[in-house]
Amino acid sequence: MSGFAWHRRSGRVFASFSGFEADLLRSLEQQLVELLRNESAVPDDRDPLEAMLDFSGPTTAPDDPVLARLFPTAYEADEEAAAEFRRFTEGGLRDGKARAACAVIDALEEAGLPPQLEEDGLVIDVELEKAEAQTWLRSFNDVRLALATRLGVEEDDEDRWAAMDDEDPRVQAYDIYQWVGYLQETLVGSLGRA
Amino acid sequence: MAVCHHGSVPTATPVTADPALVDDLEQESVTVPATPWVTVVWNDPVNLMSYVTYVFCEHFGYSRKKAEKLMMEVHRDGRSVVSTGTREEMERDVQAMHEYGLWATLQKAD
Repeated sequence: MSGFAWHRRSGRVFASFSGFEADLLRSLEQQLVELLRNESAVPDDRDPLEAMLDFSGPTTAPDDPVLARLFPTAYEADEEAAAEFRRFTEGGLRDGKARAACAVIDALEEAGLPPQLEEDGLVIDVELEKAEAQTWLRSFNDVRLALATRLGVEEDDEDRWAAMDDEDPRVQAYDIYQWVGYLQETLVGSLGRA
Repeated sequence: MAVCHHGSVPTATPVTADPALVDDLEQESVTVPATPWVTVVWNDPVNLMSYVTYVFCEHFGYSRKKAEKLMMEVHRDGRSVVSTGTREEMERDVQAMHEYGLWATLQKAD
């Protein structure tokens, strides 16, 4: 596939995926939704009564490294302010990211991706308004952050990945990470012209 | 006073304004504590340079040139101050950066 392209006349962004690619994207977005919705937000070591009476939002960073990266601590040197910030923002941020991932899944399915991919040669054409394309852009970034955190991607470490055995499952995951990066790059490029 | 209780933005003065009120407004805008806060964006190995630039243009309304300069600072120096304002404003900016997946924090200006 050739990534996303901006169409001048309609002002929309287009992409064409194979059934396999669309199915893969859906599965990545689904995993993101599950992580955002299922993982308990708070490792809670407070007094049980205090914890029970406080249902407004988490105050400590999530245990899961992916969630910790998606919801960073906003105040480096002020634990109390960081907890307050988290309490008031993390719930909304989680919902927003989960909604964005669901929007990608819905759009792929509306474009013809069946619940179970069976047939070969399926082509999924998506056509996005600017606002939808911005949602996809953010969600691709979340997916890449999640993959990179799981894989331990570091700055300028391309050589390390290139040297890895092709049989290593991490290599396949890294290829997927790179592919979503490519999609994101073409999407930024086409939005920059919209 | 109900008007302008954050005080940082002086409202347009109507021609017929009561001079006492005008004085009041002016005084208030001077007494606002000027402790600026900053939003800091940190480098990470994942976010694309093009994406970070796009986010700075989109959220802050910066020119492409300014957005690219800030993005390069993040990339090269590991961090960059991307906005300055009240603590509340910076909390909103940090929240927006987290929405975009950028790693951002806020602190008092040095």
